[in-house]
Amino acid sequence: MVRRAARCISAFRRASEILRSGPHHAAALTALLSWASPAASGDAAPMRVASMNLCTDQLAMLIAQQGQLHSVSYLASDPRSSAMADKAAGYVENHGLAEEIYLMQPDLVIAGQYSTQATTAMLRRLGIPVEVFPPATSLEDVRARILRMGDILHRQVQARELVAEFDARLGHLRQQVTQRPEAVLYYANGYTSGDSTLAGQILLAAGFENATTRAGYGAGARLPLEVLVMTIPDIVITSRPYPGASRSEAMLDHPAVRAFRTGRAGATMTDHDWVCGTPYVLRAIEELAETRRAITGETR
Amino acid sequence: MKRLAVALTLAVIALFMASLLVGPAGVGLSESLSALFRGDGGPLTLVMREIRLPRALLAVMIGASLGLAGAAMQGYLRNPLAEPGLIGVSGSAAFGAVLAIHTGLSAAFALGLPLMALAGALLGVLLVMLLAGPGGTSLTLILAGIAVSSLAGSLTSLVLNLSPNPFAANEIVFWMMGSLADRSMAHVWLALPLMLVGWGLLALLGRGLDALTLGEDAAEAMGVGLRGLRLKLVIGTACVVGAGTAVAGAIGFVGLVVPHILRPLVGARPSRLLWASTLGGAAMVLAADIAVRVVLPARDLKLGVLTALVGAPLFLHLILKQRRERI
Repeated sequence: MVRRAARCISAFRRASEILRSGPHHAAALTALLSWASPAASGDAAPMRVASMNLCTDQLAMLIAQQGQLHSVSYLASDPRSSAMADKAAGYVENHGLAEEIYLMQPDLVIAGQYSTQATTAMLRRLGIPVEVFPPATSLEDVRARILRMGDILHRQVQARELVAEFDARLGHLRQQVTQRPEAVLYYANGYTSGDSTLAGQILLAAGFENATTRAGYGAGARLPLEVLVMTIPDIVITSRPYPGASRSEAMLDHPAVRAFRTGRAGATMTDHDWVCGTPYVLRAIEELAETRRAITGETR
Repeated sequence: MKRLAVALTLAVIALFMASLLVGPAGVGLSESLSALFRGDGGPLTLVMREIRLPRALLAVMIGASLGLAGAAMQGYLRNPLAEPGLIGVSGSAAFGAVLAIHTGLSAAFALGLPLMALAGALLGVLLVMLLAGPGGTSLTLILAGIAVSSLAGSLTSLVLNLSPNPFAANEIVFWMMGSLADRSMAHVWLALPLMLVGWGLLALLGRGLDALTLGEDAAEAMGVGLRGLRLKLVIGTACVVGAGTAVAGAIGFVGLVVPHILRPLVGARPSRLLWASTLGGAAMVLAADIAVRVVLPARDLKLGVLTALVGAPLFLHLILKQRRERI
């Protein structure tokens, strides 16, 4: 109780500082209003938020008001995995370590479900509230994550706008699919994604059938090379190799895969649009739908 | 003796066929064989020729290499605990291979991979031989082996952890435990030349090793050049272990288990143990590689896990036996 009151006071003090400083008074006013109104969590709007997961980083950057988000993970500024690398440069970088995050003195930490448990437990012990986001496994999850981020940051209006835009674009993309070619997603180490994963849902939304569904794969699993070859999909969509060599990725270049891919359409995933449940999955769907039209000869 | 040779050869052939027929694609026997030999260009031919055939071939080549190298080292050091995996030769070969891959050498020059693994293995063998030569006890041999393999293992991990590639660090398991999953004919061709050289060198050791059972002086009196023998052993072992490790990681205990089982059957003669262990090693790795596919088909269980499950208890048994004999 005491801690909560202290946080209210500090939020109020910060808001009034912002008010005094002038140019941001609109943002501060929103902060004050949302603090005054009974919000979902019943707390004041957090004003110094640290996110330590690539996906929550991006959701927070999309939704937070200016000055509200203090720090994002170092992955957010890696253009390979983050769709918002440019924007992430404007925030303090963290590496998901309890010590560095505590020293930032955030009033809220947002973590992913697979963030190190030891770190989030330590932060909680130190009295910092931690919100944990499970990864999205469907497009419906993407909407839910956006809305939840809106609640947590007391930015429900922005979140709802984002969801409305998401729904409109997705609805548009889902129209006019007449033929559904079969595709297989194939990553380093021979992993594949079935229908119950976000990547699988992106594939379906772009108008493909997942050929591994026939072979009985639902979630992410290792797809043996021979099963891939025997499945005979219309297209194999592979991940883009990282710099530096690895055995795991070398198998995408296995002679069987190469022989199998000649004469077939191929595509590569742009990881940063695929990995996180953010509105950027729409960009992945759009790109993939373009590939599908090229295969089937459909026109828009 | 002839009976043993026939039995081992038949076992290798049977296991080789089984290895060709076991796989997640689940295809019938006659279908897969006709796809392998006739080759209609369909997906099944691709599976048989580009996925299963190289896997079975590599199992034979690597198993034979490890069995032969184990028998030769044990004959020379006159110590049943000498084995390429245990004394760090495989580990240092893996370090060489990892260096070749992560410095880009293997991409620039195809043979760079097996040659670097050879260099690593050579360094490992030399170190162990220097630290625990023929005069050394089992204890010094094992201690030297522990030192060399843990050093090589940590250097391998270091290189993989420094790689900019996020997958590299997970490959530590592959290099420590070994696997034949998803290898291709390219790997067969990469390993074969060095292995041929190594097999040739090690096969020549038979007479010398037989003479050595009588002691070094007696062997020299019989006209066996010990320096030449040692040189052939070191280079031969490094060639076969290096080439095998470069494509399949470090597979342990094969060179320990196989000579141990076969030694009584060949009348404990090192020259006979050489060819017997070659066949026995091939059979053991083929069997282990079939087992990893049957036991946990979807998980890419590492080969070294199985060989260690068989080999480690035997290793302990050998140590206990040696202790008892000393008392």
